[in-house]
Amino acid sequence: MTPLVELQDISVRFEIGAGGLFGRARRTLAAAERVCLAVGEGETLALVGESGSGKSTLGNVVAGLQAPSAGSLRFRGRLLDAATWREARRAIQIVFQDPFGALDPRMPVSEIIVEPLRIQGSFSAAERAARAAALVEQVGLPKDALNRYPHEFSGGQRQRIAIARALSPRPALIVADEPLSALDVSIQSQVLNLMKELQERNGLAYLFISHDLAVVHHLVDRVAVLYLGRLVEVATREALFAHPQHPYTRALLDSVPRIGRRRPRGRTIGGEMPSPLAPPPGCVFHPRCPKAQARCRAEVPALDETGPGQRAACHFPG
Amino acid sequence: MTSYLGRRVLQSLLVLLVMSFVIYGLIGLMPGDPLDIMLASTPGLTPQAVARLRAIYGLDQPLVLRYWHWLIAALHGNLGYSRLHSVPVMAVLLPALWQTTKLMTASFVVSVAGAFGLGIVAARRPGGVADGLIGLLAFGGMSVPVFWLALMMILVFAVQLHWLPASGISTVGEGGLLDVLRHLVLPVVTLSLATMGGFIRYVRASMIETLRMDHVRTARAKGASERRVVLVHAFRNALIPVVTIMALSFGTLFNGALITETMYAQPGMGKMIYDAIQGNDFNLALSGLLFATMVTLLSNLVADLAYGWLDPRIALK
Amino acid sequence: MTPLLEVADLRVCFPVRGAARGQARDVVAGIGYAIGEGRTLGVVGESGCGKSMTALALMGLVPPPGRSTGTLNFAGHDLNAQSPEAWRRTRGGQIAMIFQEPMTALNPVMPVGHQIAEVMVLHRGMSWPEGEQHAVGMLEAVGINSPAERARAYPHQLSGGMRQRAMIAMALAGEPRLLIADEPTTALDVTIQAQIVDLMRELQERIGMAIQFISHNLAVVSEIAHDIIVMYAGRIVEAAPAEQLFADPRHPYTRGLIATLPDFEHRLARLPVIPGVVASAEAGAGGCRFADRCALADAGCRAAEPPARELQPGHCVACFKAAP
Repeated sequence: MTPLVELQDISVRFEIGAGGLFGRARRTLAAAERVCLAVGEGETLALVGESGSGKSTLGNVVAGLQAPSAGSLRFRGRLLDAATWREARRAIQIVFQDPFGALDPRMPVSEIIVEPLRIQGSFSAAERAARAAALVEQVGLPKDALNRYPHEFSGGQRQRIAIARALSPRPALIVADEPLSALDVSIQSQVLNLMKELQERNGLAYLFISHDLAVVHHLVDRVAVLYLGRLVEVATREALFAHPQHPYTRALLDSVPRIGRRRPRGRTIGGEMPSPLAPPPGCVFHPRCPKAQARCRAEVPALDETGPGQRAACHFPG
Repeated sequence: MTSYLGRRVLQSLLVLLVMSFVIYGLIGLMPGDPLDIMLASTPGLTPQAVARLRAIYGLDQPLVLRYWHWLIAALHGNLGYSRLHSVPVMAVLLPALWQTTKLMTASFVVSVAGAFGLGIVAARRPGGVADGLIGLLAFGGMSVPVFWLALMMILVFAVQLHWLPASGISTVGEGGLLDVLRHLVLPVVTLSLATMGGFIRYVRASMIETLRMDHVRTARAKGASERRVVLVHAFRNALIPVVTIMALSFGTLFNGALITETMYAQPGMGKMIYDAIQGNDFNLALSGLLFATMVTLLSNLVADLAYGWLDPRIALK
Repeated sequence: MTPLLEVADLRVCFPVRGAARGQARDVVAGIGYAIGEGRTLGVVGESGCGKSMTALALMGLVPPPGRSTGTLNFAGHDLNAQSPEAWRRTRGGQIAMIFQEPMTALNPVMPVGHQIAEVMVLHRGMSWPEGEQHAVGMLEAVGINSPAERARAYPHQLSGGMRQRAMIAMALAGEPRLLIADEPTTALDVTIQAQIVDLMRELQERIGMAIQFISHNLAVVSEIAHDIIVMYAGRIVEAAPAEQLFADPRHPYTRGLIATLPDFEHRLARLPVIPGVVASAEAGAGGCRFADRCALADAGCRAAEPPARELQPGHCVACFKAAP
């Protein structure tokens, strides 16, 4: 079956250092490096990793907000180019982390929600109004929300508005970039339940970007782990949480604090993610890896299958 | 750092070169050239004689070529001859430059020092009594025209109270250091008051913002005294945006200096350039304007260097 | 044994803008708790519950026009009764604090070592050169490699984890008996968060200071706290030893908070939720502030504020519905 969205060897590189008349030496920052990944219809795929791992960059590439420097993107099997972008743009929507900054404060909710439809231009005002009313109900906001403005809502409600907006053009995929991290704990579960409900009702796929592994475990079908812009492990939820193959994935899982289980001391990995301007040679994780050997410092590991539905980029998986 | 400085100096010189051409070109566009003035005073010249004179002065050549010749000479230190004063341009320019530098530097120092003191006091309690009074002073300084302020100063301190001289740079027959300084007081105070208003508002705004920052709270949490919190922790951070604005406005201080010099009859750059343009003294006007440009470029450079020195996050490479 | 810190009826109120004279909003509405010598108290709650303001009150740093009243008995004397000068000696000396954002909490234009040295100059009578020298040792003690070099670095030249380590070094430089940590790991990645929590536990064992660890994250608090208080809308709704609290939470809010966290072991189709929005300090005036979101609430809950009751030794709950 053709996947909904397929990333093939996607790289995103930024040139650092302004050129100009008296320019200085340019350096390249690789935010994403040769990433291959696919999201199936109706599937939830998580992108996890620490800040600077490139997970938001990849999300932006999928949402069409960031052009890749190399590689190609396919939507339902078709290569995305200038001609095919229009349909994909409707079918792929994005929800951001900050529910305060993402909504235009001068627009009433009724307009915010159907803005994507207005931009497309193929809907009458009456159709848009009907759609807005239906969406407000779907995301669990009161009816009178339509005529109010974003500042009248709490953070959780604003995130509901942002989700309604993303839903309005009936997308096939929603890129959700840390949609919960700005919300209070007791509100996070409300939004999480809403996302599940909407998925079941509309057959949506999610690309769920998060640093919270407990939430990821609750919500997703498959997990992709990124480190320094490289994909280090991709696996089904069950496989990844039961037997992580990449040492970084294991370290992430070990670091998660859990109630009622004292994290074994001394199991935390040391150090921090190196600068993406100077990635280590060989396997980029080797400076922090407890298993690192000479080979890891020289040879880049390939993302190989380690078990059913599980691939890891490590010379010594398991 | 050295390479940064070298690059910036090079950039500034390039800008100066472009500006010299622009200014040369604009003056060249003004109606009338030196010969027209000569003709007005000597009506008997024949057209042949005029043409010959034009050739002698090079005025028959295209503008670009004339500029080229001027540039070569200027690079050799020859800025030409002042028509108005009948001496080499340098002989007029240097004393005027010295006079203006004195006025501008003194005013700048006074207004910066005053702005820091008053701005910090105002920022300590925004909305308080001190803040209100200082705000009034700042607003007054910004909105009162310089010429009117100068007139009032003369009226009060020179005419009514006889404390200070009303104009000139020294008393004829005296000319000691004290006398020169006494002549400088009113112009400096006038120009400082006019400049300080804006500076106070910048310092106040920057200081209020800095005092709200997390690291200022950390400094308090360390048990630092309020004095140390404000003058050590907040001050240097508040300085970063302010210094840039201040150094940049050194260039605009020139405008104020022009008016101040006129009002107090001081023979500075302002008066010199004005007279040169009025009197069709091309060489002098050109050199004067170029020096003004240089001051602006220099203050730009100083602003950037100060910025890099104050803020370790900025790497001047 | 008397505890190191004993807070009684702490109130932090802010005048209400435009309201009648004397009217004020209680951001912290009369709370009491204690921290024993060398113990860690976890303070848990959502935004606006008053947990950070409680910390600022302990530092005497409630921003004006806010006012802090009540007694803060620390090592035998009431902090709230002391002079500004005595407050200055307490802050950074006896009681130190670290903050959420190590990037903004450090002075960006001062080398890190200098900032640590300042504490020792202010509180331990050292000269600047002595302080700078000791700062290098402090950086080493919090696990920073090549500490002499890092001491000369500016905050932006350090990574996020190193900055928080430097913050901790700075807080410990005054040899405090109580360390207040306000969301110290919230801005950090999960692997770095684990490192910092381990470091704080290790330092506590070595130095023996008490810690007040404030966080919205119950799981992080569960890793470090001996005792926990749960705050909601300016009140303490439940206080208990950590294990007791997680094993047998009694207040409906605490129960809700724990239940809404996704669990690795039992994956549910839907998470239980606490309905409604996070209440502000003014919520439910006169009654229980959680009543609007509580499934058990009745008219009695809205009529009077539930007092804290000790259901078991050391386990206090402010709820009418909590059975003994």
